[in-house]
Amino acid sequence: MTDTATEPSRKTSLKGSRGGEAGDRVFSGLALTAGIVILLVLAFVAVFLLIESLPALWPEVFSDQDSIESADTFWQYVWPLMAGTLIASIIAILLATPVAVGIALYISHYAPRSIATPVGYVIDLLAAIPSVVFGAWGMTVLAGAMVPIYAWLNEYLGWIPLFGGTPTTTGRTLLTSGVVLAVMILPIITSLCREIFLQTPKLHEEAALALGATRWEMIKMTVFPFARAGIVSSIMLGLGRALGETMAVTLVLSPGIFSWSLIQSGRNATIPSEIALNFPEAFGMRQSELIAAGLMLFIITLAVNMVARWIVSRHKEFSGAN
Amino acid sequence: MTISNDTAAPQRTSVPGGKKKNSLTAGQKPGWTWIAVLAGALVVAAGITALLGGGAFSWVGWLIIAAVLYVLGMYLVTRVIENARRATDGLWQNLVWAAFLLALIPLISVIWAVVANGLPTLLETPQLLWRDMQGVTGSDDIATQTEGAPLAGGFLHGLVGTLMITLLATVISVPIGLLTSIYLVEYGRGGWFSRAIVFFVDVMTGIPSIVAGLFAFAAVQLVITTFIGDGPRQLQMVKMGLTAAIALSVLMIPVVVRSTEEMLRVVPNELREASYALGVRKWRTIFKVVLPTAMSGIASGVTLSIARVTGETAPILVTAGYIATTNWNPFDGWMTALPVYIYRQLINPTAPAAGDPSAERAWAAALVLIVIVMLLNLIARIVAKAFAPKKTGR
Repeated sequence: MTDTATEPSRKTSLKGSRGGEAGDRVFSGLALTAGIVILLVLAFVAVFLLIESLPALWPEVFSDQDSIESADTFWQYVWPLMAGTLIASIIAILLATPVAVGIALYISHYAPRSIATPVGYVIDLLAAIPSVVFGAWGMTVLAGAMVPIYAWLNEYLGWIPLFGGTPTTTGRTLLTSGVVLAVMILPIITSLCREIFLQTPKLHEEAALALGATRWEMIKMTVFPFARAGIVSSIMLGLGRALGETMAVTLVLSPGIFSWSLIQSGRNATIPSEIALNFPEAFGMRQSELIAAGLMLFIITLAVNMVARWIVSRHKEFSGAN
Repeated sequence: MTISNDTAAPQRTSVPGGKKKNSLTAGQKPGWTWIAVLAGALVVAAGITALLGGGAFSWVGWLIIAAVLYVLGMYLVTRVIENARRATDGLWQNLVWAAFLLALIPLISVIWAVVANGLPTLLETPQLLWRDMQGVTGSDDIATQTEGAPLAGGFLHGLVGTLMITLLATVISVPIGLLTSIYLVEYGRGGWFSRAIVFFVDVMTGIPSIVAGLFAFAAVQLVITTFIGDGPRQLQMVKMGLTAAIALSVLMIPVVVRSTEEMLRVVPNELREASYALGVRKWRTIFKVVLPTAMSGIASGVTLSIARVTGETAPILVTAGYIATTNWNPFDGWMTALPVYIYRQLINPTAPAAGDPSAERAWAAALVLIVIVMLLNLIARIVAKAFAPKKTGR
């Protein structure tokens, strides 16, 4: 866009009057520095986390203790947390994706224009609510409402390990956390999908309708093929957000050891909630353990986000060529 | 069958010509079908709910069963009267509507919970807004719960902490974010370095907030232990408002960069070229022409990013500590932010035996927090709308 805006290179008296060449150089240098600072910050995030977590990762080499405090090895300590984080996020994705795609379709193709815009605002409103408020809501309102559902699941589907064990009486389980996470990532997936659905070429849609397709057939034949990569990447971005979400899970979940059952209280924990619960009081080795757990979370979310962005950028090139 | 009705005939043209009087609406279900199906679904659902629930009639269960029956009923009726393709179309239309209504439930529930729990407390004891928790002990809360004494304490220190930390984070991240987006749009010109920045800024958007907090903590701890010393007194110093502000900046910078970049890109090139043609230097062009044109968008983007970090809890929790008194100095001593206050009051009530007063304070604080965040969002939208440059001349 700015290719045409090249600067004349000859020195003239017109340019010399106010703000000389120095100003130009200083300013472009400043802008470049800011860009470098951003890259450095991201590198520092990784490096500092790594340095601070080394005592927990290799206690024999980097600390005066033989092992970490909470378990024999770091992997023994961290895998239940990673499993809990992944399970809660996957529950959230499974619950949120169909609803989010549905709302995005509603806004882009079903609702009349006078309704679609306010609905878009309402969804953005949902995104603006702070996570701690979602946590408070999940803890006091949702957890209580889920108890009869858990009892029902346990009674009729108890033979599935996911719903086995003694059902909770407080409702503060991993499944409730997953539901709260689903509500929180709903607006993210919705707004990304909506943008992509709206970009569907109008000519494709009209051609499908002109050939006699019903509205659903038109969406199936033109919108979804066009938006497939976008939907996948928006789900990945939602997954990244769900993996890192802290306060909602910390407030809702009553944590404990790993268990396949999703409907028991005092079972499972996620990396962010483990850090938030224990970090304020931690020091020494315990602090290193928690920072190392945070490093694991950072690596997982980084991988998820990079895959999502890669899909988006690849898709962009294709749609630009068409 | 001969009644023409708009709601039932979205695709009149695809109806095969029938032998009825009006060939356009032949083979379509009459307009009142959905009312009949809805009524039927409600009645049958009431029966099923009464049977299943025994004595107690569950309104929620009734609505859910009625909704399922309505969607299925419409599908079957359309399939019988019209054809399978129309039925599938109608089924998906109903499901999309259901998704929308389903998403409204948590939104309304959250807002209702906050207003219903927070507003009465706030109206009863508005002193919460200008008192902190200094000197408030468990016995005060027990007195409130058992003897009805007025609610003690407040969250002034939370408001002050949120204000100072967010202000400092804004001061750090806005210049960096603004300059980076200027580099991307005006200087980078799609080279490998600006592509790398765009990619990593996108990646940064996905950093979990708690990891940002841990990073700021680790970075400040490393700096302090290297340059000041590693005694317990020095380690105590790590937790302060500045550390929290650094953590929030990590979350804020990518938002500022992306929104500002977008705004700078829509500034028409003709403006830049006109300025260059007059012999104006590039940096003065950026300052006097490009930035003022994009100012409304930039301001609204910055406001939105402030709104985002105002609600953040986790990074402040691990970086700024938690105290009961008001601290105005972000460079020394622990600070409490409003979200952290809510979290602490809910998780560790001031009086473990009497949690209600703590919960009341937390809900009142939650209401104030939501109002602040919503106001910031509203301001951003108004700024973007009111001062938007006119999109002509392209």
